[in-house]
Formats: sequence, structure tokens, C-alpha cells
Amino acid sequence: MGIFPFSAIVGQDEMKLALLVAAVDARIGGVMIFGDRGTGKSTAARALAATLPPIRVVENCRFNCEPEAQQDCPDPCTSKRVRKMAVPFVDLPLGSTEDRVLGTLDLERALAHGEKHFEPGLLAKAHRGFLYIDEINLLEDHVVDLLLDVAASGENLVERDGLSIRHPARFVLIGSGNPEEGELRPQLLDRFGLSVEVRTPEAIEERVEIMRRCDAQERSAVKFAAKWKSADGKVLRQIARAKKALANVKTPAQILKDTAALCKTVGADGLRGELTLMRGARALAALQGDDKVTRAHLTQMAPLSLRHRLRRDVLDETGSTVRIELAIKELFS
Amino acid sequence: MILTQDRTDTREPDISDTLLAAQLFLQSPHAFGGICLRGYGPVRDELVAQLQTGIAKNRPVIKIPASADSERLLGGIDLTATLAQGRSVHRRGLLTEAAGGAVILPMAERMAEDVAAHIAQAMDMGDLAVILLDDGIEADEAPPKVLMERIAFHCNMSAARELGGELSIMPAAPKVRPLTKKQRHDLAATAAVLGIVSVRPLLFAQNAARAHAALYGQAKTDEVDMQAAVRLIFGPRATQLPNAQEDLEEPPPPPPEDRSDNDTSDADDEESTQNMPPEDMLLEAAAAAIPPHILEQIDGQMHGISKGQAGRSGQKQKSAQRGRPLGSRPGIPGHGRKLALIDTLRAAAPWQTIRRQAAGDPGRSTVHIRKSDLHVRHYEQRRESLTIFAVDASGSSALARLAEAKGAVELMLAEAYVKRAQVALVAFRQAEASLLLPPTRSLTRARRALSALPGGGGTPLALGLLAARGLAEAALKRGQTPTIVLLTDGKANVMMDGSADRKGAMEEVQQIAQGIAAQGLNAITLDISPRPRAEAAQLADWLRGKYLPLPRANSAAMVQAIESVNEGQKA
Repeated sequence: MGIFPFSAIVGQDEMKLALLVAAVDARIGGVMIFGDRGTGKSTAARALAATLPPIRVVENCRFNCEPEAQQDCPDPCTSKRVRKMAVPFVDLPLGSTEDRVLGTLDLERALAHGEKHFEPGLLAKAHRGFLYIDEINLLEDHVVDLLLDVAASGENLVERDGLSIRHPARFVLIGSGNPEEGELRPQLLDRFGLSVEVRTPEAIEERVEIMRRCDAQERSAVKFAAKWKSADGKVLRQIARAKKALANVKTPAQILKDTAALCKTVGADGLRGELTLMRGARALAALQGDDKVTRAHLTQMAPLSLRHRLRRDVLDETGSTVRIELAIKELFS
Repeated sequence: MILTQDRTDTREPDISDTLLAAQLFLQSPHAFGGICLRGYGPVRDELVAQLQTGIAKNRPVIKIPASADSERLLGGIDLTATLAQGRSVHRRGLLTEAAGGAVILPMAERMAEDVAAHIAQAMDMGDLAVILLDDGIEADEAPPKVLMERIAFHCNMSAARELGGELSIMPAAPKVRPLTKKQRHDLAATAAVLGIVSVRPLLFAQNAARAHAALYGQAKTDEVDMQAAVRLIFGPRATQLPNAQEDLEEPPPPPPEDRSDNDTSDADDEESTQNMPPEDMLLEAAAAAIPPHILEQIDGQMHGISKGQAGRSGQKQKSAQRGRPLGSRPGIPGHGRKLALIDTLRAAAPWQTIRRQAAGDPGRSTVHIRKSDLHVRHYEQRRESLTIFAVDASGSSALARLAEAKGAVELMLAEAYVKRAQVALVAFRQAEASLLLPPTRSLTRARRALSALPGGGGTPLALGLLAARGLAEAALKRGQTPTIVLLTDGKANVMMDGSADRKGAMEEVQQIAQGIAAQGLNAITLDISPRPRAEAAQLADWLRGKYLPLPRANSAAMVQAIESVNEGQKA
């Protein structure tokens, strides 16, 4: 079964937008996707990773090193040869142990040669790619904590089993979960840059279209991929252009003020909300080919960047998204 | 070969559907992901054997025992062989060995979460099919949801006495044209009416329709294929009955045993349904195959607590509550502590060269282990707590108090995910006790359940106690520590059979309360009457628990009271 083309995913515009924005600016820091099973969460994440152009890595490097950044590699990574590999997409299974995630002592080498040697874990594998965690709300707390720490710092620091190693681990963290099956701690939610709520497509037409496309893909993945190749190429170019343009997108002072005012009005905890909203809006402007951030960008990114940071009032029935929309209306119209 | 006869099969519906599902699954195992066979017995064994031979023709089929851990699934270093041979020996993981084929998973209802997650991941890669053998009896015993979501066929064959057919192996499935737009539309509409949220069943259904057509050598799918697909795929997944509101007024649909009657009258039905739009016909097919526990659930919501529901949402955390291995620490095994072999070797490994030299043993065959290398397993003793609120929603407990009780539950819940505690809510009024909120940590569900809590009527205190006790017992079984928090004025006036008799009701209450005390369950009585009453104090005495009169209760005060009691117990 081939990977489903990103542009062939029906609907779910908000999720696709969030993934694109996160792909443009890695500093935004991950996307949390709330929603039921079978709504195309992992399909979309996988598809985006497959759409991106292959990355250049040092040959035989276990840490996916960039040829220009060999000095950061804990291995004696000196090969001059460079090979191309697909953007890594690591699926972190529920019940993963710390050992598997962080990496651990290479038992084989230790037993056979009596050598202390580091065996990289999933974090090293995900470097420069995507780390996808399905049902993050069911993941053990201590694993989540260390994941978020690494995701925020971009570096994995291993101090265990008598090893002392640091290696770069920069990845786009994508979590998914269903709030019906247990809440996430607010500290954890705050570490995610963006959050989206996916619903199963209600419109019959949309569901019919999904059936049609999946069927076409199952019958011939190659033909299907060929059909969507140009659309995927467009997405790819859009991301590449946006990445290049990002540094030159201007953020007018008025927009900064608006951002601060909006975050204050909705009562978003911490400063991370403002920063993410600003970065998100800038990435969105870059994606749309605009050279400065406008209020439209800001309001489009506001629910994605803020809804998971609002302090939850247990007795208040109003959803976070509604509260943000109300605040936008109040402030900007 | 099954179903060589005409296409409207008249055999006993249950098992013929299971056979049909197995046959379709066999045609393209990977497109359907898998099949779940519920109900143990020789009939299932026979079917599994047939499936196994069917798939094993050209693909690997591996049985994974329930005890397999993730290490065995994913492969890795074979420690015993490595030590014996003095060189590293790798063992392929069971999932790698089964790639391109299928795995059989016995006792699927008891499968650990992490094992299920690894299998689900392998399935997502698209080259692994699973056969889940579900030995569950109770409604809350089911294979992990991650797997059930990814497989097409959920079959219940617990009532089956004989298989009555054999699976055939199709040499090559004939090409069947894709579904028409209209047919897809019908499928989507049917799924929507049956409350099927996920998109995966839609995809399974269209594959099933085509496979069904292929089974009969047809080049395109027709009404019969579509109905079969809906019956097999949507039937067991339906979360709501078509036209739920209307149906509740009427007597419930006939139980499965009576379905043979329906089936024999199929011929007549067909004539009468011929004029109906196809969408309605599809609906009918699905309603007939809706499993009984769906009705039980709807029943449970209407008529009070049902036994199976209690454990439903807690089940997810089952393995966590039993205590997960939390790595290891240095220590000497014994006294119930288990040796952590890998970690011991890991600790010893870096020293091997030195120790071999020191021992004058240049050979590589022995591993030198010192006492200081020994590690023991360390399990996480996370006894989750479950607070069961049993709320008196009768007329005598003023309605304002009810609102406060709701607030208290929500406040507790707001802290639940920090403290890893769960909350459940039972309300009793008139002649019934209903489980409003199965044990949960989800705010979303709690809010929904609470907003629907009505008040007024008599006080069936005994029923409420019984319901709370049921929940507490289920929690104990899961390894949780339950605490019952009773919010009542203690004035029981409705007996368990629903008759109004104050004296009899109080006698029942005494009996059950003393039973709870005898079981050693924690129970706190919060007196929510306007002035403290002797009845509630008496009740607390029977329960051998704390009595807290709260004449001017507000939610925060209530939470404080409960917490102080909890704290006291720990100290």
C-alpha cells in the first residue's frame, strides 16, 4: 500500500493548514490533533512527510546528520559522501519505553566487545523529520515529559547507563488524541505550538469522495500517485517558497499589538501563545505569498495557536474556539 | 465451498454471516485488515483452522501468544543464544516474520495496550492481517480499540453450534467494477444514520461489497452485495438504532434467537421492500444484525445500571493500573523482587574485558557478573483512586443541593488528571439508580453527563448504594482504590422493588450498608439536608465511614471535606 498523496486528502482544511504551517517554520513546535479515530489524522501527517523533498544526509550516519553540521554528531561522523533520504517519519507506538525513545547502551557491542556504545533511539531516527504519536493522552507521563523536553530544545541529552551523549533531535512533533478518552495536562498542551480539532466529515458528499479516492488508490497506488503528483508538487513548491520568504515577511507593529491584545482578552496562559500566534501568522503569510502579516492571517491562525492554551473553567460550557472567535469579533470589528 | 447455492442464503443467520465474513476476508486479507471472532469453542477452532490453511497457502501465518511482549514482537538480540554462542545472535520479531501474511491473536480481549499498538502500527504499513480471537463474555471485555478499528469484520459466534460450511479458496478473484457514485452515497448515508463516525468502515464496506460480488463471479456490485456489506461491516459497529426516538416507544427489536423467523420470511419481505428507496433497505439490513449489547446499552441508559457498563472506560487503563514495569534498579533478587536480566547484563557488559583478564579467562564464552551488577525489576505501584459519587437526586434533597453536588464532581474531576484519579457518578431517584458517568477522567464526558442529571421523586437509597458498591467492586478488580462518596439526607423511602415503604427501605439500606462496611470499602456520607439529620448519621455508622454534615455546602467546601478524609486515611 503506497502512501496517500497529501493533496488527495478530502476536506480537513484546518489540519492540513496546521501541518503546512508547522512544516514551514519548525520553531512553531508541533501540532496537536484532537479527534476521533478514522478521521485521517495519521494519513495526513504521513502524507505530508512523504511529500517533502528528500533530505541530504551524511552517508552511514546514524543520526541523520546534515553534511554541514557534522560537528554536532556524537559519532565520528567524517564521511564526505552524502546520500539522499526521504524525510523521516517516525511513528511512536504506545507503550514505548524510555530506552527505545532516548536510545540506550548497545547491548550487542557491550557483550561481544565489552565496549560502551550508544544505540540511538527513536528520537535520533526522527531528526529532521516528523515524530508522530497516536493517542498521546494514553502515553505514559514520563515518556511524554522527556519527549516534550527534547522537542523544545532540539537536542537529546542522554545521561544513563553510564553513557553521556548529546545529539541533535529536531523534529516536528505531531500528537493526536481523543479528549473523550482522557485529558491532557495543560503543561503538556502548552508545549504544542498548534492544535486542531478534526471532526469526521459530516457531509455525505465528502465521505463519498473519500471512498472514491481510497478505492482508486487501493486499486493502483502508482496510478493514483501519478494523478496527484502535480498537485503534491505544487504543495511542495509552496512550502519551499514560504520557507525562503519567511525571513522577509514583515510584521507591522499594529499586528504585534493586536496579537498581544487578543491573547490578553482570551486569557491565554503564558507567553508561548503570543509567540506561536505571531510565528504562525508569519508562516501563513509566507505560504500565501504575502510580504507582510495582516489581520486576516492573524485571525485565521488564532484558533489554532490559542485554543489549547486557554484556562479551562470546568463550569463554563463555552468551547475554547467559540471564546476566541468572540474575542476576535469584539476586538477587531 | 460455501454459498454455492442460491444467493439468498437461508441458513441460520449468525454463523452463515461469520462464514461469509471469513470468506471475504480470505479473498484479500490485507484490504480488510482482519477479522475478530468472538466466542470460544470448537466451532471457532474449526473456522480458525480453515482460515489458517486458506491464508497459509502462500503467506506466513503466525500465532502470537497472549504472553508475547513487545520485545518478541519487534525482535532484537536473542540473549540466551548470544550468551551460549559468545557472539551476538539476532532474533527476528514475530511481526517481521509475519509481514505479508497474518497473525492469529488468541485471548485478544486481554491483550496489553503496548502489544496492540505495535500490531496496529504494523497493520498501518499495509502488509499484515490479524485474526483476533476474542474470548470475552461480558460486554466490557473486548479487544483493544486500536485493533478493532482497523479490522473490517467483527463476528460474534458464541451461539454457534456448528460451522455448516467450508471456506473455499478462490484461485483469482474476478475483476469487479468499482461502486457507482449512487452506491457509495447509499453507504455513506447508511453509516451516518447508524451513528458510525469513523471513515474506515466506509472503506471496508465498499471493499466488502466488491468482494461479495467477486465471490459470485459478478462483474459489478448489486443490491445483494451492498446489503451483505452493510450487514457485515456496519451492523456490529452501529452505535445508534435508525430512528432511535421512534424506536424507544416501541417494544425493542426481537432478540437474535428469533431472527431465523425473520429470515424465513425474507422472501415476503423482499417483495415489500422492493419499492422502497435503496437507502431504507440498507438500513433494515443493518438493524437486523445489531448486536444485543447495543440494546443493553440503550436499555442501561433508560432503566438504570447495567453490570457490563461499569468497567467500560476504565478498561483502557487496565495495564497501567496493574503496575507497569518501570525499569530496574540495582538490588538483590528475592523477597518477591525479580531479577532484571537485561539490565544486569547491561551493567556487567562494560567490565567484561577487564574481568576476563582478571580472571585469567581469555575465552569469550563466560560472562562475568558481580553482585553489584544485579538489578531487580521495579514496578510502578500506581494504585489509581476512583471516587464514586452516589448522589441522592430525590425531591427531599433540595434541588439547589443537587447543583452543588454537580459542582463538587466537576471540581474533583478538574483535578483528576493531575492526580491520576478517576471519578464516577451514580444518581438515584424515584425507583431507579442510574450510572450517569462510568469511571472517567474526561471532562468532556463528565460535563455532558452532569448537565443531564434531573431531580425529584422518592429516595431509593438502597438501590443507589448497591450501584455504588457494584462500581467499587469492579474498581477493586481493576486494581483501583475506590472511595464511595454518598451525598444524601439518608431518608430512604423507596424499596428496591420500587414499592414505597419507609421502614422496609431503611431495613434494606442497613443491610446493604453493612455489607459495604464488611467488604472494607471506604464510604463517606455527606449529609446534604438543610439541617443535619439522625438518619444520615445512622447511615454513616452502618457504613462504618465518616459522617460529614454539610448544612451550607458549596462545592469547594465539599471537595475540601473529601480530601481531608482521603488524607487522613493515607496517614
